[in-house]
Amino acid sequence: MGVALTKSAQWTAAGYGPTALEVTPLNEAILKEIIEFIENFLYNHPQEAEYVFAEPLEWKTNLEPSAFGSGYIVSETAVESKEVDNNGQPLLSLSVPHVQIRSFGQLSQFLFIAKDSKLKEAQLCVEANRNPVEKILGLDYNTIKEESSALRILEKLTKGDDPENEIKRKVAHLLYQLDLHLLNNSLKHISLEIRLNPVTVKNDIELLKRFSGKGEQTVLEFIEYTSDYEFSNGCRAPPWRQIHGEICYVLVKPHDADTLCLTCSSEGVFLNGGKTDDEGEINYERKSEVYKDLVTLLKDKSAKFSENMSRQELKFNEEHHKEVNQLSKTAKEEEAIPSNRSTSGSHRSTLEKNQINLVKSHMAKRLAPSLNWKATVDSKDRKSSFKEPQEEKHGRHEKTGTSFSHGRAQLIRKSVEKIEDIISDSSSESEEDEESPDHRQEANADLPSEYWQIQKLVKYLKGGNQTATVIALCSMKDFNLAQETCQLAIRDVGGLEVLINLLDTDEVKCKIGSLKILKEISHNSQIRRSIVDLGGLPIMVNILDSPHKSLKCLAAETIANVAKFRRARRVVRQYGGITKLVALLDCGQNSSEPAQLSLYETRDVEVARCGALALWSCSKSHTNKEAIRKAGGIPLLARLLKTSHENMLIPVVGTLQECASEENYRAAIKAERIIENLVKNLNSENEQLQEHCAMAIYQCAEDEETRDLVRLHGGLKPLASLLNNTDNKERLAAVTGAIWKCSISKENVTKFREYKAIETLVGLLTDQPEEVLINVVGALGECCQEYENRVIVRKCGGIQPLVNLLVGINQALLVNVTKAVGACAVEPESMAIIDRLDGVRLLWSLLKNPHPDVKASAAWALCPCIENAKVKSVC
Amino acid sequence: MDQRVLNKLVESVSNTVKSFKKCEIECLIRLFQNLVKTDGRIDKTGIDRNTFQEILHNIFGMTDDMLMNRVFCAFDKDNDNHINVKEWVKGLSVFLRGTFEEKLKFCFEVYYLNGDGYISQEEIFNMLKNSLYQQSSEEESDEAIQELVDLTLKKMDYDNDGKISFADFEKAVKEERLLLEVFGQCLPEAKVQFNIPNSWAEKCKGAQEVAQ
Repeated sequence: MGVALTKSAQWTAAGYGPTALEVTPLNEAILKEIIEFIENFLYNHPQEAEYVFAEPLEWKTNLEPSAFGSGYIVSETAVESKEVDNNGQPLLSLSVPHVQIRSFGQLSQFLFIAKDSKLKEAQLCVEANRNPVEKILGLDYNTIKEESSALRILEKLTKGDDPENEIKRKVAHLLYQLDLHLLNNSLKHISLEIRLNPVTVKNDIELLKRFSGKGEQTVLEFIEYTSDYEFSNGCRAPPWRQIHGEICYVLVKPHDADTLCLTCSSEGVFLNGGKTDDEGEINYERKSEVYKDLVTLLKDKSAKFSENMSRQELKFNEEHHKEVNQLSKTAKEEEAIPSNRSTSGSHRSTLEKNQINLVKSHMAKRLAPSLNWKATVDSKDRKSSFKEPQEEKHGRHEKTGTSFSHGRAQLIRKSVEKIEDIISDSSSESEEDEESPDHRQEANADLPSEYWQIQKLVKYLKGGNQTATVIALCSMKDFNLAQETCQLAIRDVGGLEVLINLLDTDEVKCKIGSLKILKEISHNSQIRRSIVDLGGLPIMVNILDSPHKSLKCLAAETIANVAKFRRARRVVRQYGGITKLVALLDCGQNSSEPAQLSLYETRDVEVARCGALALWSCSKSHTNKEAIRKAGGIPLLARLLKTSHENMLIPVVGTLQECASEENYRAAIKAERIIENLVKNLNSENEQLQEHCAMAIYQCAEDEETRDLVRLHGGLKPLASLLNNTDNKERLAAVTGAIWKCSISKENVTKFREYKAIETLVGLLTDQPEEVLINVVGALGECCQEYENRVIVRKCGGIQPLVNLLVGINQALLVNVTKAVGACAVEPESMAIIDRLDGVRLLWSLLKNPHPDVKASAAWALCPCIENAKVKSVC
Repeated sequence: MDQRVLNKLVESVSNTVKSFKKCEIECLIRLFQNLVKTDGRIDKTGIDRNTFQEILHNIFGMTDDMLMNRVFCAFDKDNDNHINVKEWVKGLSVFLRGTFEEKLKFCFEVYYLNGDGYISQEEIFNMLKNSLYQQSSEEESDEAIQELVDLTLKKMDYDNDGKISFADFEKAVKEERLLLEVFGQCLPEAKVQFNIPNSWAEKCKGAQEVAQ
């Protein structure tokens, strides 16, 4: 196992202090193999198990002496095995924390005792004994060179004939076998991670192209892509196929076979169903087994290819010899392999050597980024590393573990060059959030009739003039676009591309029709993603400048739908969308007198509404909030807030509420006298509007002045009365949140008491979702700072439910509950109830909570408890 | 033409066409005068078909000959093959300042030709004949166009009698404004509608200044 441990296992970078094994799947697999070997050793090789090591394996263990049972002499800090060697020395001796073991039998038992921690113990052992073979078999074996270690050991051992050496030989043999086994396993591990990527595929195809054409000498008649368009990620497959890992499709005509239509995917290369003649579409279904790369597939499918390929190899080699040579020199400079370029006699051998080096250096580079694990692997990391193969498929390479073909030296050279920037590319993409996986229908599942009808309409979109296009668009709109089947059908027949292309034309009617459809289908998250992938957002952002109001509205509404995920929001911002959207808000200038609105002005209001809607979606990103503010959005939003249209108010308040998480906004909201209007709209009939207003107040009321403003504008009464409607939980959470923050001011608490809000809050302590409970308890905690309110809470029976909540796990809730209980505990009478309900013990146990805020709050709550308990005991 | 006659004409036209200001009407009449190039009595002459089609093409961006012809017919209320000055101003008021109802009526008039008050399948077929490119054979093209005709009928023929009445047309267009010019362009391009009033407003202003 010496070789496997030194070569395969991934050690942390050599540096100061003891080196350690990185926590990686590969290492874990190696350790598991070793454990399995040792555990079974006792049963498989009972004789060898008694073999006494030349030197003990020694490491710092985490095992306690108490874990050892019969067969051991156990004292408080030391353990010795009853099993001894010829000299009477114990084969296992442990003096905390050092353990020394001198036989496989003892090792095996030790692992058995270690139970769950055996992986950890094995790791510690391997880390502490960097050369276990040497320790087991004796120092003299260390001098033997690695290349032929086993052979020489055998040779040496067979010279002596005594039985001990016989066993030693067997042990050496067993270790050698284990070593081989480990190496093989780790190789499998590494080779599993190999996938094709667009760059390698492209290189393969480009190279083959150069050797294709008419005539006998070429490898192929032709090889070409089915699509000329290359996406920025290097793929040519349409995005909805890229999701399946497909990179591109190629038509290949070998000399001795029909034209093959191949799919290159990250899994490998395979034959697909071919190009259908009439549509020009590709039947994506797999028709052959998956080959690991293009050349392998072609070699299998065409004898001529295989034959010519081997001829080409020779020619090709000579051509590129120089290049390769230079590369290997730079790539492996540290090893300084002398490359003999002057003498033609050693030409070939040098070349071969260089190429082997190439593979090595290539492997090293390839392994470095992809097998780079962190020492702490929590569940989240695991998830992401699980996703890694898909997301970073660019980062993978397919070359290792395959026999190295000379003809492809150049491919590798290019790959090596490109690998680094590809990896940095993909890492920037990996921060994607909330993009749900693709639920595509199976290709052979029964397609609904809508699918074919929509396909026909898309044909008209592609091949019609403006008139036909408008008719097709209007017909498409008649489908139930809220239905996922239709949404996906439009995407799958290539309709999205056409719809987005239409946005880029001059035809206003086509743009309107297209946006009307995009607006509907962009409710689907997969469609949203495809729209962004196809570059739809920049075009829509441009349309925001159009003089047509209805066009502006539709574009803004569609952006509002699409910008539901982070990448989309970023694109909107990067193309200047935020400024344009804010400019839309400027339309509704005269909207303060709704009675006198003419048709023309109503459309202005509509434009502003759509702008607000889009800003609401965009305002979920921190940077966008800042961009909205910089574009002068706040005064405009404040002005729109003065209108009385619910449709307008909801997105406006929604945006404000979203943005109020920023300090800058809260200050601006105060300055723009927005609170007044928020309070006014709490009285609206619309539940959603009430919710957003309450939410905005909740965000802003951290500020004392704002709390006073809420009171001065009469906002506390509507808040208190909204408490009575408990059906809409979102609204209830927002309202209780607003009440909590407002009740930080004493004057507000007095008002709430007047409105009987405290009694209602106590009633809300049971049967509510956590987000409501947090706020309710928070509010009670603030209220209970006053004597009168504490009495009210006690009289309404609020103490019991509060104490009950002490056993929860939600940290925010616990912080609030402990605070509320602590506030109540100031009252001796309440204290008695808390004590009776065992609340003090519960508080005490929260001191062990991992969250520091909970700990602190629990400690504060205990203060009055202790004080009051003292009073009681003195009495 | 002397100012007195012009004023009188403007006065009489403005009684029937309300959507233009008087100075705008004056502009339109002067334009008309330039187009017919006559020094004689302006109310006795008119724009002929070719000149009108040129105007439709150059100023209003129309391309389809058949539809331009039909627009001419829709302008030419008295069917004398000339558009006189009143028809000119009246027609342009619909073109440029028309209300939704006026435009609806105008488009329907353009689309139904044989005067029976319905747009028939054959008429639709004729109008959509050139709306598809890249059809390999004539048969295929006819088939595709017939399908397109079926689509429009499915969408617009509410009473399922195989033809589109004004009621059908009105209902369909009210539901979806894009269907107003469903069988081809017969109103000015949107950007012309935006630009022309502005340029006229300037002219108008100029004219007023001159008058003062």
